[in-house]
Amino acid sequence: MVKIEVHKFSAWFGANRVLRDMEMEIFKHEILSIIGPSNSGKTTFLRTLNRLNDLNPYFRMDGMVELERQDVRSIDVEALRRRVGMVFALPLPLPLSIFENVAYGVRMHGEKDKKKIASKVEESLKQGYLWEEVKDRLDESAFKLSGGQQQRLCIARTLAVEPEVILFDEPCSGLDPISTAKVEDAMVQLKEKYTIVLVTNNVKQAARVGDRTAFFLGGELIELDKTDKIFTAPHDKRTDGYIRGKFG
Amino acid sequence: MRKIKEFMIENLIFICGMASIFFVVLIFLFLLKEGLALFNIESPLKFLFGKSWYPISEPPQLGIFPLILGSLLVTAGAAIISIPIGVGCAIYIAEIAPVKTKEVLKAGVELLAAIPSVVLGFIGMVTLVPFVKTVFHLPTGLTALSGSIMLAFMAMPTIVTIAEDALYSVPKTYKEGALALGATHWQTIWRVMLPAASSGILAAVMLGIGRVIGETMAVMMITGNAAVIPHSILVPVRTLTATIAAEMGEAVVGSEHYFALFAIGIVLFIISFAINVTADLFLHKRQ
Amino acid sequence: MRNPHRTQNIAFFFLFLATLLIVVPVGMIVVIIIQKGLPAINWQFLTDIPRQGMRAGGIFPAIVGTLYLVTGAIVFALPIGLLAAIYLSEYSKDNILNRLIKLAIVNLAGVPSVVYGLFGLALFVIFFKFGASILAGSLTLGIMILPIIITSSREALESVPQSFREVSLSLGASKWQTIRHIVLPNAIPGILTGTILGLGRAAGETAPILFTVAAFYLPQLPKSVFDQAMALPYHLYVISTQVPNVDEKIRYGTALVLLTLVLFMNLVAIIIRYKFRKKKKW
Repeated sequence: MVKIEVHKFSAWFGANRVLRDMEMEIFKHEILSIIGPSNSGKTTFLRTLNRLNDLNPYFRMDGMVELERQDVRSIDVEALRRRVGMVFALPLPLPLSIFENVAYGVRMHGEKDKKKIASKVEESLKQGYLWEEVKDRLDESAFKLSGGQQQRLCIARTLAVEPEVILFDEPCSGLDPISTAKVEDAMVQLKEKYTIVLVTNNVKQAARVGDRTAFFLGGELIELDKTDKIFTAPHDKRTDGYIRGKFG
Repeated sequence: MRKIKEFMIENLIFICGMASIFFVVLIFLFLLKEGLALFNIESPLKFLFGKSWYPISEPPQLGIFPLILGSLLVTAGAAIISIPIGVGCAIYIAEIAPVKTKEVLKAGVELLAAIPSVVLGFIGMVTLVPFVKTVFHLPTGLTALSGSIMLAFMAMPTIVTIAEDALYSVPKTYKEGALALGATHWQTIWRVMLPAASSGILAAVMLGIGRVIGETMAVMMITGNAAVIPHSILVPVRTLTATIAAEMGEAVVGSEHYFALFAIGIVLFIISFAINVTADLFLHKRQ
Repeated sequence: MRNPHRTQNIAFFFLFLATLLIVVPVGMIVVIIIQKGLPAINWQFLTDIPRQGMRAGGIFPAIVGTLYLVTGAIVFALPIGLLAAIYLSEYSKDNILNRLIKLAIVNLAGVPSVVYGLFGLALFVIFFKFGASILAGSLTLGIMILPIIITSSREALESVPQSFREVSLSLGASKWQTIRHIVLPNAIPGILTGTILGLGRAAGETAPILFTVAAFYLPQLPKSVFDQAMALPYHLYVISTQVPNVDEKIRYGTALVLLTLVLFMNLVAIIIRYKFRKKKKW
């Protein structure tokens, strides 16, 4: 089942072409990892899927990016972002309490019933493996949590708006190994219900959690295949070189 | 429903965003509306260069040349005093003062900026004016010089703040490069920092001068307000701004005198507009 | 050859001197006004109307008048200024219009205060037929402080990290929701600082109210926004230059009250800014 389809897709910032003729399909309930050196266009690609690139006035795109056969540009942008959630590279709690961070999206979509909001917050925190750690301190500032906890809070916050797709943009780049493991566990659990696109600089992470892995280089998709295939017998020499270099 | 509300709010935001343009234009239009009527009676040249300002004689003589000279004289004096002191202080604060002193000095400059001009005028009246009178053995201390000194204090906060900002935004590498080559701190300031910050400092000076030309109350209280062509800085003068402030209360709405005061307003508006646009260009050049 | 270190010492000495030439007079002005004004301050001075042709009694109507004017100015300028700041910080694109607005703000800030007075006279007093009134004076002052409020609010809004906006938008919140729930609450201290600085400016200005509201002598309090009112800065001007034989003490006392009011507002603004900087969460 194809969830997201990308066809002849190119993107520019001003005159600078950052993505070139992308062809890609992302399936339901899979974790697709995207690896590649920095400035290879991974994050730009990710931010096209929820149209966060639109915030940059110099961004321009061409080609087709479809969510369930519907052009993302034709979907109401707020509705699109509800359906395609995002977890950022650094833990970015909003300057609100723990509870309000998770409740934020729910509230913004017009939910006023306090009980419903509370149960949604609890459910989401449980899904993000954070509930046990924070259930007695929900009114504290989210900034009081540790980095790993903050990132799981951000995951819970994304889950609370019930997305279909979750984009992870290097979600563990600021975390220690234990916190990273917890976030990865959460991701693997989440693919039961969601489609996950993971951008990572950590090749081992892609190997651990990705069902399929895509390799980006200089704004082009070099190779996309089953993760074990990419890591054991890649087609392209450049993929091989990158992975070897990274495993070094 | 929410979308409609947001659409309306965003339109309101856009309208308010335009408010500053709207008000600048509105100010200019209303000055023109009340001021241009003068030129049905008086030629613009005679208005600008006429040597006598006797607005209530019959017929009124409405030449603002003495007022322009008065403004220029007071402003030039204030500039001569405030520019070296202001820029010097900015250099001291930006480059030399230790961190804690810096905060105190900045607060002091902010304090000066906050003092209402009528209070400065009052203080000038009771301290500076008698002082100038005794030192120069004058019949009155209400002179262009007193005005210049007081106005210098009103220009300084502007000059210091903006010039310090300009110095602060010179890239650190410039300074480090010069110091690494063995230049002394002062050589670095003089040969590297000042040239690099020059357009910002120029803007600071211009805005300081703009502040002085537009200043009204202090100037009205301590320059003596004699509308004659000044021949020295030790005589009373009258500025453009003080003329409006002092006479508008008595001018009959719709009289030539009234039109003339608005015409002075137009002159002031154009001067401040020119200064601000030029200063803004200098500030943008820096970025 | 000149000794560069000696040159440096001489230069630094003059720079230090320049700084002293600014800071010392400021200190002296404040000290003189406090020293000579304090003896005049008592309950009667603050709460009584002026008597004997303003040579005795108090300055109550002037204090009240100034408070009215300042309140009126802020009620007008804050909403417009804040929304304008939101436009500049959140909506405007990097184009000619944006440039024009910024230029207009710079010019609005640079228009001489007496020209504001003329404008207020022409528009509010005569054209709108408000007469010399609190309404006309407040609106004139309001337009005058608009650039202060816009500039400081815009800085406050722009200092809210872009990432907060991205997070909020990525959760499907609309642009306005993001501004309303995330950007504004985090910019409030900065907006407050600018507002208070604007208040201080409005309280101290004389020229804009000369022909739009200020009454020479009015021994009762204004009853509506269409009444004239006394105001502290104008009152100080009047008793310093227009009324002979006023006791020095009363002049200094009035100057002290005005200075205290204005500096108090600035102090509050500085404290808010300082506290906010310390407890910034990001």
